[in-house]
Amino acid sequence: MSTNRTTGTLRPADTQRPADTQRTGGAHRRKAVLHWIAVHSLGVAAALFFVLPFVFLLLTSLMGDRQALTRDLWPDTWEWGNYAQVWHTPGFLTWWRNTLLYAGLGTLLTVVSSVPVAYALAKFRFRGRNLSLMLVVAMMMLPPQVVVIPMYLFWARQLDLSGSLWPLIVPMAFGDAFSIFLLRQFLLTIPDEYLDAARVDGCGEVRTLLRVVVPMARPGIAAVALFQFFCAWNDYFGPQIYASDNPAAWTLSYGLESFKGAHHTNWNLTMAATVLVMAPVIVLFFFAQKAFVEGVTLTGVKG
Amino acid sequence: MSPWLIGFSVFFAYPLLSTVYFSFTKYDGFRPPAFNGADNWSYVFTDYPLFWPAMRNTLWLVVVMVSCRVVFGLGVGLLATKIKTGVGVFRTLFYLPYLAPPVAATLAFVFLLNPGTGPANTLLDAVGLPAPGWFTDADWSKPALTALALWGVGDLMVIFMAALLDVPKEQYEAAELDGAGAWARLRHITLPNISPIIMFAVVTGVIQAMQYYTQPLVAGKVAAGVIGGSGQQLEPGYPDRSTLTLPQLVHNLGFQRFDYGAACVVALVLFALSMAFTALLMRRRGGLIGAGR
Repeated sequence: MSTNRTTGTLRPADTQRPADTQRTGGAHRRKAVLHWIAVHSLGVAAALFFVLPFVFLLLTSLMGDRQALTRDLWPDTWEWGNYAQVWHTPGFLTWWRNTLLYAGLGTLLTVVSSVPVAYALAKFRFRGRNLSLMLVVAMMMLPPQVVVIPMYLFWARQLDLSGSLWPLIVPMAFGDAFSIFLLRQFLLTIPDEYLDAARVDGCGEVRTLLRVVVPMARPGIAAVALFQFFCAWNDYFGPQIYASDNPAAWTLSYGLESFKGAHHTNWNLTMAATVLVMAPVIVLFFFAQKAFVEGVTLTGVKG
Repeated sequence: MSPWLIGFSVFFAYPLLSTVYFSFTKYDGFRPPAFNGADNWSYVFTDYPLFWPAMRNTLWLVVVMVSCRVVFGLGVGLLATKIKTGVGVFRTLFYLPYLAPPVAATLAFVFLLNPGTGPANTLLDAVGLPAPGWFTDADWSKPALTALALWGVGDLMVIFMAALLDVPKEQYEAAELDGAGAWARLRHITLPNISPIIMFAVVTGVIQAMQYYTQPLVAGKVAAGVIGGSGQQLEPGYPDRSTLTLPQLVHNLGFQRFDYGAACVVALVLFALSMAFTALLMRRRGGLIGAGR
């Protein structure tokens, strides 16, 4: 086996040059093979750690009620009906609808409102720009619990909107700190020359933004949209505060935990419900892998 | 800018000031807030039995969970850069758990680590290792939460991988000519080169750990349900307050006991801790958030 069996696109730090291999012959090659085996065994072990929970989850979701309470790992009979039963649990479809509304509308509002702010922070010099940026970062770091009590009192007592998801959706129309920050980091990488060229050609600021900046920032916008979508999809605290007393406004994440409460011994049904809540995220990941990874990388490395 | 400024004032500045104001009042949300000086503060710090356990748990998670996550994330990131065959498959498998919604992941882990019937202990038994009570044992519940956090380490893996691949290759080649072993190369080349990213991972990890809410809450509630059956009221933080975190107290005080004043005190403690770490992040201009540009 030769050392240049690099099938991936990554640059391994220790790739040996062919000249080395030829010069020292067999000893080097044996070392390389052992290294390959060691790395890949470790890789398989790690993969098991990451994948086995999913496997157990799926297997249990297909067991009968009684078998799910035993230590068995493999289903005796494959109860595909568990999924139908969960799907038809009263409320489950409502949770889906609410989650899609919260995540979909929230994401749309976030993107529309955050892009112009990020653009201003990345490309314009104005008084208080650094202060604004610091406030964005501070807001991003702020635990939601810090302001939840006045916010709750405002929405529930002044506007009488508790028992719905609107208190969670409406604020998204005013920009989201994390999205603004991420988009700004992305927009910094767009050379100013493009913007100057558009302005020389007579584009107004709005047209420059829509025609030049938005198309060039598409990967960043996609990453932000995905993050925001899953943030809402996964949110537990928000629905717990505003929607907990009205089951008609529950989301999947909030409903799932109560589902466990109602079926406290039925691990098979609970795990089937869990799979149904995880599945959309994972399916979407396979369609939008690049945007996901780009978004994560952007948070840590660029800037 | 201006819509954001409206948003900033309505959803940040005004509520933050209100939180400060409420923390000095007796307020149940119905009768108007009545000024009561530092009563809430002394109540939370000296008489509220859940505050110090929650503080200790939060600090435990900040120290142990974050360091485990950073070290493990770096390890997995290193491993992912060394794998040559099937890179894409391995990377995807390592990353996937990061995407699992927290409630779903927590439910899954309470089931997997369930001492009686969970497959994890079945496997531990099979290889002859002691099988702990995990989420039902106060000594093991935080390590169990840490295991859950390690499962979702995919985000750190991606960030570390990107940083590792940016380390100039010439440095490794030079070191190898000088006869540096793998450990020396890691210590003297890899780690110094990626230290800003390690710093970033630590700081964001600390902030996340201080906000840690859904996983410990759901784990405690579900594990208690497994033992106690549904409908039974248990003290928050099952078992034995070991899964209680500071953010949970805001909910407990405010939305279950309608003591908004005391809840605001806890909220401000959280705020102070977060801002202290944010300041750390901001101090490293350029390297971490690019404010220098």
